[in-house]
Amino acid sequence: MPARARPTLEWIALHALAIAAALFFALPFLFVILTALMSDQQALTRDLWPHQFVWHNLVDVWNTPGFSTWWRNTIIYAVAGTALTLLSSIPVAYALAHFRFRGRNLAMMVVIATMMLPPQVAVIPLYIVWARDLHLSGTLWPLILPLAFGDAYSIFLLRQFLLTIPREYIEAAKVDGCGDFRAMVRVVLPMARPGIAAAALFQFFYCWNDFFGPQIYTSENPGAWTLSYGLQSFRSAHHTNWNLTMAATLLVMAPVIVVFFLAQRAFIEGVTLTGVKG
Amino acid sequence: MSQNLAVRTPPRPARPPVRKGSRRRRRETLRNLAFLSPWLLGTGLFFFYPLVSSAYYSFTHYDGFGSPTFDGLSNWRFVFSDYPFFWPALRNTLWLVVVMVTLRVIFGLGVGMLVIRLKRGANLFRTLYYAPYLAPPVASTLAFVFLLNPGTGPVNTILGKVGLPEPAWFNDPAWSKPALTLLALWGIGDLMVIFMASLLDVPKEQYEAAQLDGAGPFQQFRFVTLPHLRPILTFAAVTGVIATMQYYTEPLVAGQIASGQIGGSGQQTEPGYPDKSTLTLPQLVYHLGFQRFDIGAACVIALVLFALSMVFAALLMRRGGGFLGNDA
Repeated sequence: MPARARPTLEWIALHALAIAAALFFALPFLFVILTALMSDQQALTRDLWPHQFVWHNLVDVWNTPGFSTWWRNTIIYAVAGTALTLLSSIPVAYALAHFRFRGRNLAMMVVIATMMLPPQVAVIPLYIVWARDLHLSGTLWPLILPLAFGDAYSIFLLRQFLLTIPREYIEAAKVDGCGDFRAMVRVVLPMARPGIAAAALFQFFYCWNDFFGPQIYTSENPGAWTLSYGLQSFRSAHHTNWNLTMAATLLVMAPVIVVFFLAQRAFIEGVTLTGVKG
Repeated sequence: MSQNLAVRTPPRPARPPVRKGSRRRRRETLRNLAFLSPWLLGTGLFFFYPLVSSAYYSFTHYDGFGSPTFDGLSNWRFVFSDYPFFWPALRNTLWLVVVMVTLRVIFGLGVGMLVIRLKRGANLFRTLYYAPYLAPPVASTLAFVFLLNPGTGPVNTILGKVGLPEPAWFNDPAWSKPALTLLALWGIGDLMVIFMASLLDVPKEQYEAAQLDGAGPFQQFRFVTLPHLRPILTFAAVTGVIATMQYYTEPLVAGQIASGQIGGSGQQTEPGYPDKSTLTLPQLVYHLGFQRFDIGAACVIALVLFALSMVFAALLMRRGGGFLGNDA
């Protein structure tokens, strides 16, 4: 092969692969959008492209009884859950990153163990307490309240980030007369903003996407359903109306994708931080 | 991460000499407890308490109402020898660990290698490849049940047009797990990002040196890239296995939607449609505990799930220890 042809061929092969992968990742979105805009009848055929774009489907879905309630509940769960998670997890992560004490490694191991635990493992005794003893099933409380006690994943992510902040800053703050708490709030946290943003986004989407929690604690009361749980039961009201089901799917996916485009860097940083070796 | 050198825990004797019971020591302990208190409470309430009571319930007969009665090992015997759903669920998990996790790691690595080679448009492609990872699982599962719908789904429509066979996907026990795998490959964004980060860490000189020694692209991959990726490959594999232990929403929703069942608690539908092929252990906890009100048996499954997850977590901490930054 002539030496000059190789880079061109490589370039073509590389971009052909990139475009093939792009199709694999983008086509499902495209088909969801196209079907969401079809008429009822056409959605039952093998057509891929809508005869006419029925934008009204999106309005119909929004007006489905309950849909706006699920929307509101999801926002409450995600916003309150994220705020409480940060508030309770930051001091823990800070202590695990910057304090030395006996049992620190053990504590870290327990954090990791709980992070890896399937939520189903602990749910039965907890449900019994929430439902039978506290009478709070059918509300959002069992979903939100536990997040006020720290979340293992967020603690881990934040600790990884706080480790990258040199100790000297904290020591300097202390020499200047700051207590531990003030040193954390005034000196370290402002430097840790990108890490906190990543943790906040991950927690927000965890709550937004959570299916199991709402299924366990809210299923008995449609007034407390979130989008994930509501979406799954959406089809019962619209048996094979794939167009409306896909329109609903689209509405639930849209905010996640939009926020991602706005906050890409924080996401990428967060993923890298939890995944990369030291 | 060179910064870690600054915070690495030194060997024990290097601790500042603080006398036991001294005032400073006590103040430090109080401070530590204050900072850790949310987590200490949370772990006790939401981790240790449920584990201990699950262990207790697993030896009782209990329907969730009234009070549990001691029942010895009967729940354990029931789950392991009489419950027709337990072993299929475990076999499915094994299938998913071997096939789905392996393909996800290979595909994630491939896409990561592809993206770092792109010069122009790398950002756009990366964003495009990452986005599906964030799609809510219920939404993406609904989308895939629709896309892979044997009758009218776009995928089979296209397969038919080019003359390929059209599998029944989520309606065929032989194809339901491959369909779930396809969905899992679609959400590869997280792995792509961590592979990208560690691929960019490989020193360029090593590739140059390998080239001078006459190594082709495959040899460079084999002798330069792979050794560098080992810790991250271990990490990806073990976290993949742990995610498989938690695999719940996708198989549940896919099974329910494909079968035409309607979700909801208290409904007595057989899980794992079609033919137990999408059954996983977490689904059994839900089915036994919240649909059949057999708390004892559900707790047995929960404990099995706990034991399996902890074995893999221990493995992750030992083999992939480096990713924790320091100590632990």
